[in-house]
Formats: sequence, structure tokens, C-alpha cells
Amino acid sequence: MEVGQMQRRLVEFTKSLFVEGFLDGQFLQLQQLQDDSNPDFVVEVVSLFFQDSEKLLNDLTSALEQQDVDFKKVDAHVHQLKGSSSSIGAQRVKNACVVFRSFCEEQNLQECMRCLQLVKQEFYLAKNKFETLFTMEQQIVAAGGSIPATEITSF
Amino acid sequence: MASPSTRIDDGHDMDSVNSGLMREKLSVLVVDNDALVRKVHEKIVSKLKVAKQVQIQTATNGKEALDLHLSGSSFDIILMDMQMPIMDGTEATKELRAMGVESMIVGVTSADARADKEAFTEAGLDQCLAKPLTADKIKSLVETLEKNK
Repeated sequence: MEVGQMQRRLVEFTKSLFVEGFLDGQFLQLQQLQDDSNPDFVVEVVSLFFQDSEKLLNDLTSALEQQDVDFKKVDAHVHQLKGSSSSIGAQRVKNACVVFRSFCEEQNLQECMRCLQLVKQEFYLAKNKFETLFTMEQQIVAAGGSIPATEITSF
Repeated sequence: MASPSTRIDDGHDMDSVNSGLMREKLSVLVVDNDALVRKVHEKIVSKLKVAKQVQIQTATNGKEALDLHLSGSSFDIILMDMQMPIMDGTEATKELRAMGVESMIVGVTSADARADKEAFTEAGLDQCLAKPLTADKIKSLVETLEKNK
């Protein structure tokens, strides 16, 4: 595949992530922070999110399996996940956390467990999308091309 | 626990037309227990070039922020997360104000509960912003700093 075609595929794929709600404007902020002095900033930040969040999801799973569930602890974990997902623009993960928190407040165990499944689903979907995005970018760079800037006005 | 980190950005590579009007130095403390949020907010501040020299330190909770001040550090702007372990943003803000710290303290929170945000503001914040921060929000904080000089 030639570079121009790869670049067009990347633009279309990135656009689809915004249209489908996987990403919001915060991701564009992250891309704007990347420069020659820190060319891997976006990958570093997103990788940090996935590492930290895997641990948070494991902590959430064990917290909800306790005999006496500490909903404050569960809420604190979800709050952290909400904060970090919003920092990278992972909108669907963030939105799933918002719903989760409302059930933590109600101390509704059944709904919390359902929300945990939804958050995990959105998390792994987002991870998959980001991995595809970064692979496409790497392929363009390897072929000698440059990454086209994301223009939100084209959506 | 990680010790607070410091980074200094020299703004000398910015637009020379504006350099005469630019503030000499800006020191910012980013207080947040989430490493990712600290990394992003630190990068936003460092990239802004709102001063000839931008010094950024980070702390992972309110107690670390307090300890920095007790050891003699001072900052132009403190970006304070609300929910943190060991000492949260509300308590840290109260303690800093009680110590006589007059720096601009900006609450940064993704909290939904209005009551929590009100208590945080009443602890002594100059303002409270929604997480995540953006370049524009921080630029406007520096403009406020300049106006209040």
C-alpha cells in the first residue's frame, strides 16, 4: 500500500473514532502537546493509561467480590478511572464510569457489577482501537511518510 | 512514595516580538495522585511558553504539597486535585491558607457532587476548574495572575 493511501486510511479511521464516540476533543489536546522534543508523548500517555487502568479494573473486581463491599473504595477507584480516561479523551470509558459512580452512590451491588462489565468492555474496545491507530501511524512512518494532523472540522 | 519532581523550561525559543512583554518566571505545582494526569498537566503547562522560564513541580497528594511549602518552596499557581489519598485537596487547601500561602490555588476536579465542589472552593480556592485542563484554561489563569499583580 502506498503512503498516500495509508494516510487516507488513517484519517478515515481517526474520524470514525470521533464519530463513534470513542474519542473526544481531549485526544486532540494530547496530539497538540506532542512535538519534536517529545515525539512519542501520545503513545506514552495512552500506554500509561492502559497499564494503570488494568490494575484499577483488577482492584475493582476484587473490591466487588468482597463479602462486605466497601462502596466508598469502589467509588474512589471508578473516580480515578473516570479522571484518567477523560485525560486521554477516552469518552466511552469515561461515560461508563459516570454511570458506574451513580450506582456506587446508591450502593446497588448488582448494578455495580453490571457497570464493571460495561466499563471493562469499553476499556478493551478502546485499547483495541488505540492499538490499531498506533500501528497505522507506525506503518506510515516506516514507509517514509508523515502523520497527517487530525482536523476536527472535517467530521 | 515518589518524591516531587521538578522541571524547568527555558522559554527562549519563543516569538521574540513578544519576549519583552512576557513574564520572567512562572512556577507551577501540579498536585494529583494520578501519574497520567500529572504527566498531561505538566506537559500542557510546559508547552505554553507563558513565561521566559517555566518551573514545574509535582506532588502526589496534599501532604506532599504541604511538605514542599514547609521546606520553603513557593509557587505562582497550585493546580490542586480534589480527591487524593493521605490528604485530599480540600484539606490541603485549608492547611496552605492557614499557613499563610497566598499563591493562586486552582481546584481541578472531575467530581460530580456540587456539595463537594462547594466545600473545596470554601477551603480557599481562587477558582475551581473541571478536569482535564486545557491549554486555554491555563493561559487564562496566567492572564488572571498578571491582572492581579
